[in-house]
Amino acid sequence: MDTDDDFMSNVSSEDDILPDDSENDMSGDEDFGFDDEPDAHIDSQKDDGYKKKAAYDISFKVYQPSDVQKQQDELINEVNMILDISKEEAAILLRHFRWNKERLIEDYMDKPSQVLDAAGLATTSAGPPRMQVVPGFVCDICCEDEPGLQTFALKCGHRYCVDCYRHYLSQKIRGEGEAARIQCPSEGCNVIIDARSLDILVTPELTARYHELLHRTYVEDKETLKWCPAPDCENAIECAVKKKDLDKVVPTVSCLCGHRFCFGCILNDHQPAPCELVKKWLKKCADDSETANWISANTKECPKCNSTIEKNGGCNHMTCRKCKHEFCWMCMGLWSEHGTSWYNCNRFEEKSGTEARDAQAKSRVSLERYLHYYNRYANHEQSARLDKDIYHKTEKKMVQLQKESGMSWIEVQYLNSASQALQTCRQTLMWTYAFAFYLARNNLTEIFEDNQKDLEMAVEALSEMFEKPIAELADSKLKVEIMDKTSYCNKRRVILLDDTAQNLAEGRWTFNTELLGSGANGGPSTRR
Amino acid sequence: MSVPFAAKRLGKELNKISSSLPPGIELVSADNFEEWLLDIKVLDNNPLYQNQTYRLKFRFSPSYPIEPPEVVFIQLPDRPIPIHPHIYSNGIICLDLLGQQGWSPVQNVESVCMSLQSMLTGNSKNERPPGDEEFVRANTMRPKDIQFYYHDNDV
Repeated sequence: MDTDDDFMSNVSSEDDILPDDSENDMSGDEDFGFDDEPDAHIDSQKDDGYKKKAAYDISFKVYQPSDVQKQQDELINEVNMILDISKEEAAILLRHFRWNKERLIEDYMDKPSQVLDAAGLATTSAGPPRMQVVPGFVCDICCEDEPGLQTFALKCGHRYCVDCYRHYLSQKIRGEGEAARIQCPSEGCNVIIDARSLDILVTPELTARYHELLHRTYVEDKETLKWCPAPDCENAIECAVKKKDLDKVVPTVSCLCGHRFCFGCILNDHQPAPCELVKKWLKKCADDSETANWISANTKECPKCNSTIEKNGGCNHMTCRKCKHEFCWMCMGLWSEHGTSWYNCNRFEEKSGTEARDAQAKSRVSLERYLHYYNRYANHEQSARLDKDIYHKTEKKMVQLQKESGMSWIEVQYLNSASQALQTCRQTLMWTYAFAFYLARNNLTEIFEDNQKDLEMAVEALSEMFEKPIAELADSKLKVEIMDKTSYCNKRRVILLDDTAQNLAEGRWTFNTELLGSGANGGPSTRR
Repeated sequence: MSVPFAAKRLGKELNKISSSLPPGIELVSADNFEEWLLDIKVLDNNPLYQNQTYRLKFRFSPSYPIEPPEVVFIQLPDRPIPIHPHIYSNGIICLDLLGQQGWSPVQNVESVCMSLQSMLTGNSKNERPPGDEEFVRANTMRPKDIQFYYHDNDV
């Protein structure tokens, strides 16, 4: 069966990242738990054009550190050849122009000395900088005037003793993490130290750190490049999605290390919700969720002025502190109509009470609405964590299962696939609730909710099978069921994401909030 | 290595400023190479600072002058904190040359004092920085750890 094949090939490619993931995932604050993605390798294949692209797929490329270095070297060599300047200077110029080679060359051809000046390259060329002993020299930093003192100056000619230069550079590199824009120590001099001068001056250890920092600025300078945020991952990802497009696409990329994240905001995969909604949602949750829960559970509003009231004891006769309205806590009706039943109220059907309860209900709706989505969001977040725990226990049992039932390692991998499908689908489900919270009703929301429901039911069913005791898991019938369900879950997820992404791209969703942060222009999709 | 580094330079600076200092700057105490006190006066007749003397406290780290010194005004019965839109009422000074970005190791105690003198001389606004009260109440950081945003260069 062909789904089977799919899983088997996934397993091998994903296998080595799993243990790493589990350690890091549970600790962080901003942690939604799970990065594993069963079809990560399929994504990259799609990227290469093997499969038809889904609407939520975007093209991106993963670069390893050596690729990043190579790109920089190529650019530097090109500029070095075209403009007839040293490689060190070419690098400084490129950094100054944020690696925009075309603009650099154009500007340089136009007004070379101004460009060199602005980039921190002195125009006087007195040969490459080197260490020197200058008779009668006094260092302006340490005031040392010993004869035979080694000194150094950049092309600007501000000369200091080598010892002070070293101190200065190590402070900048180690203390301040500066590399690309270390200036001459002289006050107001903007000449920038180049890589070759640095190599002459400092210890190899510091040089290594310097080059590492330089290397980083390349990625940080370019809008189309970002570091993979996974701990200890050194890869960079290139993706052409711009900030202003974030209302139309959720640019989810997956690194070679297995980590899936959003290129727009660097948070873990949050499809189908657009970045701005995610930001708002997380902020809202951080602010409100516990408070809102408590308010919902413990308070009611005064039927007259809507002040929130907590009843902390005593009888049902309430007098609002603010507006002095007197009412019954049980039925919310006027106290004056109430007679003497102070400790129990049996007049639920009276008119004044019903009206007050209606008003109460209305004011609760928005709170309840939020809690509805929040609770489901939080539930999936937590369930994914629990599923993962169970998986780790299951992993040990998979080994047992192999021993007892004689199944091979390959034959028990269906549990691995199921676990990963659970994680990924729950991650998606979780964000569908944040998405739905901001979604205004139109004729498309029903399809969305159906997709959400289908995925949710499939996931819960798979989750239940997955929790079965190990003895039952060995049963070949259950194994087939789990494999089928796993593939069904993955398919439902793809359908949901495809639908939401397509509508987002075409601006067919209506949201009850803005989709772009201030400054960017809202596309037609934001409001109608 | 780094302790004698600061000490050597400070020793030479001390030698120089003990014998001569520009007008309006006086050395109050320099008993060690960690903390010095100096008094400064504004020389022209800017009404905001006339007839006043201000006390500055310099603290040097072992990697001075590679790192900037920490410089604050301190308050004594006869030494107020000057009113200035870049000087907080607790004596903390927001001046780019005292931050890591603006500092140059070529600067020294004398040049810092002169910069502060001219910063006062050039000011005509009788006010504290925006948010002074809040900052003074809430700040627990050392001046060097505060991320000042140097927003204007006119005063």
